[in-house]
Amino acid sequence: MRRLRRILNVPVVAVALYLAAMAGIVWASYAGAQGMGYNWQWYRVPKYLYTLTEDGFQPGELLIGLWASVRLSAAAFVLATLLGALIASLRLSGLIAGKGVSVIYLELIRNIPLLVLLYLFYYVLGPIFELTRWSAAILTLAVFHSALISEIFRAGINSVANGQWEAADAIGMSRAQALLYIIFPQSVRFMLPPLTGEAVHLIKSSAIVSVIAVAELTTVGRNIISDTYMSFEIWFTVAAVYLVVTLILSFGVSALERRFNPN
Amino acid sequence: MTQQPVIEAHHISKHFDGFQALNDVSLTVHHGERVVVCGPSGSGKSTLIRCFNGLEAYDGGTLIVEGRALSADAPHIRQLRQDVGMVFQQFNLFPHLSVLENLTIGPRRVRGLPRAKAEALARKYLERVRIPEQADKRPDQLSGGQQQRVAIARALCMEPRVMLFDEPTSALDPEMIGEVLDVMVDLAESGMTMVVVTHEMGFARKVADRMVFMEAGRIVEISPPEIFFTNPETDRAKLFLNQILGH
Repeated sequence: MRRLRRILNVPVVAVALYLAAMAGIVWASYAGAQGMGYNWQWYRVPKYLYTLTEDGFQPGELLIGLWASVRLSAAAFVLATLLGALIASLRLSGLIAGKGVSVIYLELIRNIPLLVLLYLFYYVLGPIFELTRWSAAILTLAVFHSALISEIFRAGINSVANGQWEAADAIGMSRAQALLYIIFPQSVRFMLPPLTGEAVHLIKSSAIVSVIAVAELTTVGRNIISDTYMSFEIWFTVAAVYLVVTLILSFGVSALERRFNPN
Repeated sequence: MTQQPVIEAHHISKHFDGFQALNDVSLTVHHGERVVVCGPSGSGKSTLIRCFNGLEAYDGGTLIVEGRALSADAPHIRQLRQDVGMVFQQFNLFPHLSVLENLTIGPRRVRGLPRAKAEALARKYLERVRIPEQADKRPDQLSGGQQQRVAIARALCMEPRVMLFDEPTSALDPEMIGEVLDVMVDLAESGMTMVVVTHEMGFARKVADRMVFMEAGRIVEISPPEIFFTNPETDRAKLFLNQILGH
């Protein structure tokens, strides 16, 4: 076994294996599409991404949809972070009522499917509070992701050694001062990687708001397909666009981390 | 002028889940006095001094610090803690701040001093603990002995009325113990009121006004060092001294 693994990990062999596997996947999907007589029309895809006219670069429908997705996700993430911080501070407040509220909130949110939560916000709370599609979508995503974000905050804060709280206490700091000046700055580096993961997760789950026809990337993709019947090309393209955005985010944050933490 | 004592503990007791950490402990510490607390591990000496600044809650008796009743949930606990400096076994420096910031954060955020004043204070006390040149380093760039001296300076920057030391040299490599003890002797000679939990009997002999010997949550013996080290009243203290001095 070990000898086989060593042979397979020789660089040339490894690269060849990797290329063969990828080629296999591409060939299988292509062959499958051919088998069902699918008519590939990749040449029609670029104009949905962008066009170059005399006025210069014009974003296509997909890029406009992407911009909507990015704004939606950014707004939801900011709100989710605020909500998460609130829930985490209730949880850590030492108040019995605060802990009770936060635990029930967490259990509720974590055990309702995202899609059902979206329907609740759009079809139930929407009419009551006169929410637009956009605000229902943002609220749903924010509430759903605030649960995990509050757990990330809690874990980050608990990861700081108890002696730090005691040292802050011993110089007469209040709990809020200790949290702000001593505990939080030390827990950021524990929280950054899982927070990035959660941001990526949020961008991906933002696709679900297409079911209430918010004009973001997935909705735009679906509309294009109903006009053109190019489901294979457009879904591949939409998937690739999400992938590019989330990869850029992940790499950006890990570069940021390296700068903060040179060792 | 007769001054009230800095710390008056009357019949303090404390339980940790069925285990009695402190059992009817009474101790009074006067201004300018140096008290060294010793005893076998688990005897309650750390718990006792942690009660003195409210880091540990006690469940029986009364504790008066600087004339005011102290408990962990007293409304003036933060004010009291500024009067009571604490040095921990594990230093507990703030690793994300520079040495200078470690010293200025309390004066600035808690006492509300302007930055320049806080920094002047910090430099004065860094001088006092003999590491003025380390001001801009991070704690993890310093040796253990230097870190503990920074921790002492951090506590002094709050200009406390009394300093508590919780086994300040126990986490140090042997060659660094001396530099920390020297700083503490200096401090004692300057008239600071000190309560020190330590096994450093050479230090105790040099600075202590009174020795407090604890065992199993009780104070077994309180006596001046000349008596404690030569002719302790209790057999338990005798045995303890033999164990730590006898080799």
